[in-house]
Amino acid sequence: MVDRTSSHEPRQPLLRIEQLSVRFGRQQVLRDLHLEVARGETVAVIGESGCGKTVLLKSIIGLLRPIQGKVYFDGQDIYRMNRKELTRTRVRFGFLFQQAALFDSMTIAQNVAFPLRQHSTRPEHEIRDIVIARLAEVGLPESILSKKPAELSGGMRKRVGLARALALEPELMLYDEPTTGLDPIMSDVINELILNTRRRHPVTSIVVTHDMHTAQKVADRVVMLYPLNRLGPNESQILYNGPPQLLESAQDRRVRQFVRGEAGERLMELRALNGATKYEG
Amino acid sequence: MSNVSNAGTLKVRQPRRIGWLVWLFDWIADLGAVVSQWTADLGSLSIFSFQTLQWLLTRMPRKGTLIPAFYQIGVLSLPVVALTGTFIGIILAVQSYSQFRMMNLETRLGAVINMSLVRELGPVLAATMLAGRVGSAMSAELGTMRVTEQIDALESMGADPIHYLVVPRFLACLILIPALTIMADFMGVVGAAYYSVYMLNIDWFHYIHNSARFVGNFDLFSGVFKSLFFGAAIALIGCHRGFHCDPGAEGVGRAATMAFVQCFCTILFLDMLLNIVLESTYTMLWPKSPPLI
Repeated sequence: MVDRTSSHEPRQPLLRIEQLSVRFGRQQVLRDLHLEVARGETVAVIGESGCGKTVLLKSIIGLLRPIQGKVYFDGQDIYRMNRKELTRTRVRFGFLFQQAALFDSMTIAQNVAFPLRQHSTRPEHEIRDIVIARLAEVGLPESILSKKPAELSGGMRKRVGLARALALEPELMLYDEPTTGLDPIMSDVINELILNTRRRHPVTSIVVTHDMHTAQKVADRVVMLYPLNRLGPNESQILYNGPPQLLESAQDRRVRQFVRGEAGERLMELRALNGATKYEG
Repeated sequence: MSNVSNAGTLKVRQPRRIGWLVWLFDWIADLGAVVSQWTADLGSLSIFSFQTLQWLLTRMPRKGTLIPAFYQIGVLSLPVVALTGTFIGIILAVQSYSQFRMMNLETRLGAVINMSLVRELGPVLAATMLAGRVGSAMSAELGTMRVTEQIDALESMGADPIHYLVVPRFLACLILIPALTIMADFMGVVGAAYYSVYMLNIDWFHYIHNSARFVGNFDLFSGVFKSLFFGAAIALIGCHRGFHCDPGAEGVGRAATMAFVQCFCTILFLDMLLNIVLESTYTMLWPKSPPLI
């Protein structure tokens, strides 16, 4: 069921996650998760809402602290780093947030220039040139430089978020549901941008998504997580870890159901719940 | 039959006893949860304050983050604080006049008004006003940033959110709330003097003379000194509530309300504490003078 001995060629992993467990109060979201991502690889993490995909991304970059486990980035444990080391390491990451998380109070130019101003002493004209180049890479014109994020559409905001994440040419890109809330055309534009980014820069990527089209198109490998409350005590949270082409023929029924978008036993649960409500009423 | 009857009796009585006990245990559990939440909040606020001070002493924020904070907190609060100060001064004059007149002490009105304004009402009411205007606004702004993952974005780009967002606001409150308090005091004194002299026809010379005689430097100092603490408290509580905002519009609204309530209670608590400290200091420094309070 869990294919931890992936058939991919052995490369030095840029990222290694060992026995990662995350809990919020009484609710455990991740349990003993083990995952390796090789340098240059694109891994899509799929799974239904609430299975801990975003929590995994935020734990990788140290925004959330696990109750147990380690995350090694380029051989160094993220959770053992002091503030300065963590800041230096985070500069090597790029994070595209679900809603882009652009700073409302700043213009588009200031948003994209933010990491450059924060971590470099480049002159202003050079920063402006980089900002324009990054925006051009994601297909956005110079005319939006002085606009505020609220003036842009969802797709444009995502692209500005991508330009900002790429500003410092990161080694590891983390995409949190990059196509959620976008129309199919814009979703494909974002998928193409993820592929283009990989062609232009030697970047390793983790793409969290529940859009199967994105997973199939951009990923070298797909990892499927499953919600802990639906798993047995000794079951691994990773139901699938392998190439995207074999997803539909996966041994586990739950993987096939997710890929095909079949509700399966969830419908019966819903009916049972409705029946119980009617009976109580 | 007796068993049945015993069982029947038990069935009637047991739920009542259990219900009462359950209510008691629930009440104790709720109380425990509230106390534990308060303790956790206080601990979290202390760590947050410590981190802010640590950043303040190690690296100053950039001019680009300081100027907007100073403008938002200082310049935009000026009209409302000036207006509050003026009204307080006039209200004090209106309220005290008839009683002072009965004792033929109208000319002493300025002394009492100015003393109350400079020492107590100016700093406390200006701080309360700013807790509503600045504390809640900071909490709502940072809360929205938390909910929309902007604070996470800052952190993911290697910027410390406390250094970038809290330190400029803390500095602005620490420096500008005492300045605004002086403004409120001044406007209150002017408002009271204008109303007393022009509306109540109190003699200008005696009004000023008595005011100057009774209000000393220590009174001025104590008011401004207290406002330093009020400013720090407003900034730290407002930012802390924003940083720990619950998700959604309801979470942001609750954070803003909680920020104001906590700021208000803290201002009154600090006022009491600082008055005791200042009174003791005054008595220690000038033992032969009349007591401050």
